Amino acid sequence: MKHLIDSTDLSVQEIDELMDLALDIIEHKDKYSEACKGKKLATLFYEPSTRTRLSFEAAMMELGGNVLGFSSADDSSVSKGESVADTVRVVGCYADVIAMRHPKEGAPMRASMVSPVPIINAGDGGHNHPTQTLTDLLTIRRERGAMKGFTIGLCGDLKFGRTVHSLIKALSRYEDIHYVLIAPNELRLPAYLIKEVFEDQGIPYEEVLTLEEAIPKLDLLYMTRVQRERFFNEADYVRLKDTYILDKKKLKSAKPDLSILHPLPRVNEISPEVDEDPRACYFRQAMNGKYVRMALILKLLGVTI
Amino acid sequence: MKIDSIQNGIVLDHITAGMAMRIYNHLHLDKLDCSVAILQNVKSSKMGKKDILKIDQEYDINLDVLGYIDPNITVSIVKNGVTVEKKKVALPKKLINIKTCKNPRCITTIEPGITQIFRLVDEENRTYRCIYCDADK
Repeated sequence: MKHLIDSTDLSVQEIDELMDLALDIIEHKDKYSEACKGKKLATLFYEPSTRTRLSFEAAMMELGGNVLGFSSADDSSVSKGESVADTVRVVGCYADVIAMRHPKEGAPMRASMVSPVPIINAGDGGHNHPTQTLTDLLTIRRERGAMKGFTIGLCGDLKFGRTVHSLIKALSRYEDIHYVLIAPNELRLPAYLIKEVFEDQGIPYEEVLTLEEAIPKLDLLYMTRVQRERFFNEADYVRLKDTYILDKKKLKSAKPDLSILHPLPRVNEISPEVDEDPRACYFRQAMNGKYVRMALILKLLGVTI
Repeated sequence: MKIDSIQNGIVLDHITAGMAMRIYNHLHLDKLDCSVAILQNVKSSKMGKKDILKIDQEYDINLDVLGYIDPNITVSIVKNGVTVEKKKVALPKKLINIKTCKNPRCITTIEPGITQIFRLVDEENRTYRCIYCDADK
């Protein structure tokens, strides 16, 4: 593994190795506390994303390394018109690994073509966000114990939600997983993804309109936000929005060992009253994001303990 | 109508009727300092009608451009008035600096000097995908 641009670049074996390493880091934090001593991570964030940037920086710090970088394009040489290629050529002289977030799709791919050091895609517009996918996979593995034998419901904006698209592509490479797609007609999973991910591979899936009808059968529920601006008319949004809000009442019919995931930030799609429910995993999921990034940095730097 | 044979150069035959000018423009044949014959709507037993291009000069032709525009073209290399080589073109696996990505969110729209690269993802429907943003062409 030289760079991480798209989670589908990784084989199942590489993903499993990353997960194993992340689990070992969780179990033996002290062992890794100086693993990256003397190494530097550059966080090149051309658009703000506090959560992802802090997760990367915390990951490197917990490995004993240092961080440098910028958190918006205004603070960087890009405001003077420098190309992505030139920026990474220069930063590659100062840092050992680069995490890049950019509003333009494919910017990290461009960076990887010229960078002297590994590039990690920390989100490129609405395109890819592979470390979120790895975070989701680690959370599923930790919560379920194995990457098989469960029914996962994906709820909300399945049309534009890149986290959902990446997650189902990654999960579809594992066997014995059943999918329930929960979305209004306006926000259904795109037809090409249904064909490529499910139909062409003979993977079972079902589409339902409401969370209520899906929830009793789920082992995992991946929530996403339904945004008002995605609807063609206000009346449809008002009619449907509560259908996709998870609250205590809806959870009454859920399995006792359901795992509720959300990529965060959450707005109102999960009621705060759910936070205290042990089935809510989304804050543990955020924690897993740091561990999986630690594992990724170690892999890309070729550091072994 | 009769067009003289060429002595040293290239003949592009079996071009889908109406496509010759597009190929002429994509290959920038107007920049050549030699005779170039464009034959349109030539009778063909196989195709009904076809276009032909004759370039009266040795020329390093970009087969990927031809394959992308019309994969059924036959390329004949002519030396001393004799066809010495025939090449069949095919739909190229990659397009390099042949098309530009139209996705306004793609890095190619702002990055200076970037190479435009598309990869073939569906041969039947001739679908190419930008390697940067995954937008289909």
